[in-house]
Amino acid sequence: MTQAPETQALDEIKIGGLGASRKRVEDSRFIRGKGNYTDDIVLPGMLHMEILRSPLAHARIKSIDTSKAWDIPGVHLVLTGEMMATRNLAWMPTLSYDTQAVLATDKVRFQGQEVACVIADDPYIAKDACEAIVVDYEPLPAIVNPKDAVAAGAPVIRDDKENQPDNVIYTWEVGDAAGTERAFAQADVISKLQLHYPRSHPSPIECCGSIADFNRATSKLTVYMTTQAPHIIRAAVAMVAELPEHMIRIISPDIGGGFGNKVPVYPGYVCSILASILLERPVKWIEDKTGNLISTGFARDIYLDGEMALRRDGKILAVRMNCDADHGAFFSDAQPSKFKIGLLHSAFAAYDIPTAHLTARGTYSNKAPGGVAYRCSFRVTEAMFFQERMVQAAADDLGMDQAAFRRMNFVRDDDFPHRTAFGFLTDSGQYAKCLDVGLQAIGYEDFRREQAEARARGRLLGLGISTMTEPLGAGNSREYDILGIKMFDSAELKVHMTGKAIVRTGARTQGQGHETTWAQIVAHELGIPADDIVVEEGDTDTAPFGMGTYASRSTPVAGAAVAMVARKIRAKARKLAAHLLEVSEEDVEWELGRFYVRSAPSRGVTIQECAVAAYANMPDGMEPGLENTAYYDPPNLTWPFAVYIVTVEVDPVTGVWDVLKTVAVDDCGVRINPMIVEGQIMGGLTEAYAMSSMQFITFDAEGNCVGSNYMDYLLPTAWETPGFELHSEVVTPCPHHPIGAKGIGECAAVGGPAAFVNAVMDALSGTDVRNIDMPLLPDRVWEALTYRRDVYGAPPVRSDD
Amino acid sequence: MTTLYSEPAREAAGDVPVRRISFTINGEKKTAEVEPRLLLAHLIRYGLRLTGTHTGCDTTNCGACTVLVDGSAVKSCTMFAVQADGHDVETVEGLATASELHPLQEGFSEEHGLQCGFCTPGMMMAAKALLERNPDPTEEDIRWALSGNLCRCTGYQNIVKSVLWAAHKLRSQAAE
Repeated sequence: MTQAPETQALDEIKIGGLGASRKRVEDSRFIRGKGNYTDDIVLPGMLHMEILRSPLAHARIKSIDTSKAWDIPGVHLVLTGEMMATRNLAWMPTLSYDTQAVLATDKVRFQGQEVACVIADDPYIAKDACEAIVVDYEPLPAIVNPKDAVAAGAPVIRDDKENQPDNVIYTWEVGDAAGTERAFAQADVISKLQLHYPRSHPSPIECCGSIADFNRATSKLTVYMTTQAPHIIRAAVAMVAELPEHMIRIISPDIGGGFGNKVPVYPGYVCSILASILLERPVKWIEDKTGNLISTGFARDIYLDGEMALRRDGKILAVRMNCDADHGAFFSDAQPSKFKIGLLHSAFAAYDIPTAHLTARGTYSNKAPGGVAYRCSFRVTEAMFFQERMVQAAADDLGMDQAAFRRMNFVRDDDFPHRTAFGFLTDSGQYAKCLDVGLQAIGYEDFRREQAEARARGRLLGLGISTMTEPLGAGNSREYDILGIKMFDSAELKVHMTGKAIVRTGARTQGQGHETTWAQIVAHELGIPADDIVVEEGDTDTAPFGMGTYASRSTPVAGAAVAMVARKIRAKARKLAAHLLEVSEEDVEWELGRFYVRSAPSRGVTIQECAVAAYANMPDGMEPGLENTAYYDPPNLTWPFAVYIVTVEVDPVTGVWDVLKTVAVDDCGVRINPMIVEGQIMGGLTEAYAMSSMQFITFDAEGNCVGSNYMDYLLPTAWETPGFELHSEVVTPCPHHPIGAKGIGECAAVGGPAAFVNAVMDALSGTDVRNIDMPLLPDRVWEALTYRRDVYGAPPVRSDD
Repeated sequence: MTTLYSEPAREAAGDVPVRRISFTINGEKKTAEVEPRLLLAHLIRYGLRLTGTHTGCDTTNCGACTVLVDGSAVKSCTMFAVQADGHDVETVEGLATASELHPLQEGFSEEHGLQCGFCTPGMMMAAKALLERNPDPTEEDIRWALSGNLCRCTGYQNIVKSVLWAAHKLRSQAAE
């Protein structure tokens, strides 16, 4: 009997490596109230900026009189569109190759649009001065939905553009129209569903803001800014303000939540920059909540006409999706440039569907621009919601069990890699297993019995299933770019002489815990305890170039770069170890934290000893130091999978519905920090519950935004939010990610909404109600139940409201 | 006594009334000269430079600016600074002692009750007011007590656990 050789490898969990639920490093400052958010920063001589916004959704500007504002003591500058135009800054390019007004010149195109701004000694004076500005508007008819946007005789919103005779921004299609047509001709059953995903707003609790600080002596512009993507902003500022890129430093301090809202470039940023250049003093702009809700990046607002071709036995033969998207007054979606409607065509990626076709038409309206990826990878939220609502309707139309219908059509575990009908390549997953875990956790059979018994007594119980697979981690760079900049990411690792280290990446954490988890990846790769590693992000003067944090791309891309740069460091450390051990490199073996001689395992050197040698005892001819940078261009997206199952009870008298139980089964591959992963899932489920139950922005016929503050824009509190049961039993490592991880930050927000809606619709089965569009407010559920009819579209604004 | 917040430009213009107020913040006596319309949140943040108290919504919905006034949880964006005259204000910066964290601070870290951290100070102050009147709250008690504070990151479940963790620790400390 031979004994296993004794290992001196470090205990990975003890050093805070992969799989450790390590307590978060960033908490230390946040729990003390010592975070450093943009509004916490005070610079010497700093002035304050406030924005005057349009009260009308569509109007021609006849005149702007700023004279009274200039007269207020403490006012330093009043900016209007006319003044911006003299510096070619009245308009700026968007991230989707359109233009957007910085300050309005000709007309205002949505309620809340930026018209003027005031820079003053303090924000109170600046607000007073904004109120003293007199703008004379000539109101124009407003357009608030795609149907009216394309109607004959509709006013042209973007009359500033040449070759824009109507309100259509683009038409786009993907898939096989002819093949889909043929499949529909052969279908036994065609299941149809019209859906609306209402306009929503990511609404981080911290609003947007910036402090621009232009130093005439050095010509350097430093901007502290609430941005999820500092390097993209630097490139955009260089373009917009025509400043040299090396003279621009973007610093993204602590961010009070982003959720996609803090990706675009907003007029407020640009105005604060120009003001600082003109005044040669730091200028701070902190948006108020109403400004944030009515003018910055919204999400969703898309209509679907969906059809599914089905065989009698339950096999899906084809899918057809025709979508109308309302982009607001400017097409400023933040998304990869090749995909006009984001990754909407990731719909049905988890299902084995022979053929499919999708069309999308984008239109302008007199609503705020944006179209940001609100906690999702570029409209994947809509894709998965449409998918799972259509799947439920199809199973109902066939009279099939919800779970059995899904299981029958899933891509099977041995089918990977799988090319989806819309052209994506999925690479891994155990879909049926996830479903089984979920069904077991919810007690599927028992619930169905209980549901039938309750129904007999007049109680309405329902169970909703939703599944999702989300393309996370854009690039690869062949297909994914923003404004032509390829979507890779980066990490830089410097190991100091004592074996302590600093990691910097091109991502930017906003609560995801990068300061904790990036150190865990390095600990896993190098055996340096995570507590010995500091993580820094968000300063373009020090961080390597990266595309930022959104679309759950940090772990798939920047996290992979962290692993790859650590491997480069380990490769050099191996040479140093060979030198220290006086053996050839080929005779050196690695175990966590230590190199040793293959033939004499007790002879070894730690990674820390190698670090000292890199500065104090390197072999002749070796470049000193132990640091490197890695740029990572992922070979594919990562494809996490999840099953969410929700049970509800609907009150037939009031339409109020309560969540009984929520089960989440997430397979996101290898979990770096299980505690943080679970935190992300619970946060996502809450946003899913929010969108399905209460959170939406709507407009009246004049284009007035309803949802412009937290009294109208409802976010769930601790009281409404249900509890969640999370399952992590299924782990399918990503085959191409260096540590097998997949994205997770957004999965539950993406897949969750359909679970809640499907549960309520299931409770209403047998009432002839086929669909209630989100949000499922009690009055809408009551209306459906009482009148036995569908409730479609955005909640209307009644004049008596 | 120090003058903490005044607005030189408008004082010079002579058209802005300024009131002198005295109050206690985190145990320290302060005097400030303020405009009557100045919000307490802004006095705390910009005047006293205690930036742990955050402002999120301007409409008293989000609770990020929650502080304690005479031991009660108050949204400091909904109170004028002049109304704090003669009162005792406590902010997140007053939770920890020089050597020790407050159990609520420990609890939030232990139970991963925060992500971006923006709502956290307000949450902890609201929870402190709860635990002072109810040292042994149920999950339901906590959810109700925190229902004036919005969080967009966590989904609240871990916040509830954090407060339960702190309540437990405070009770065991009291029993010692």
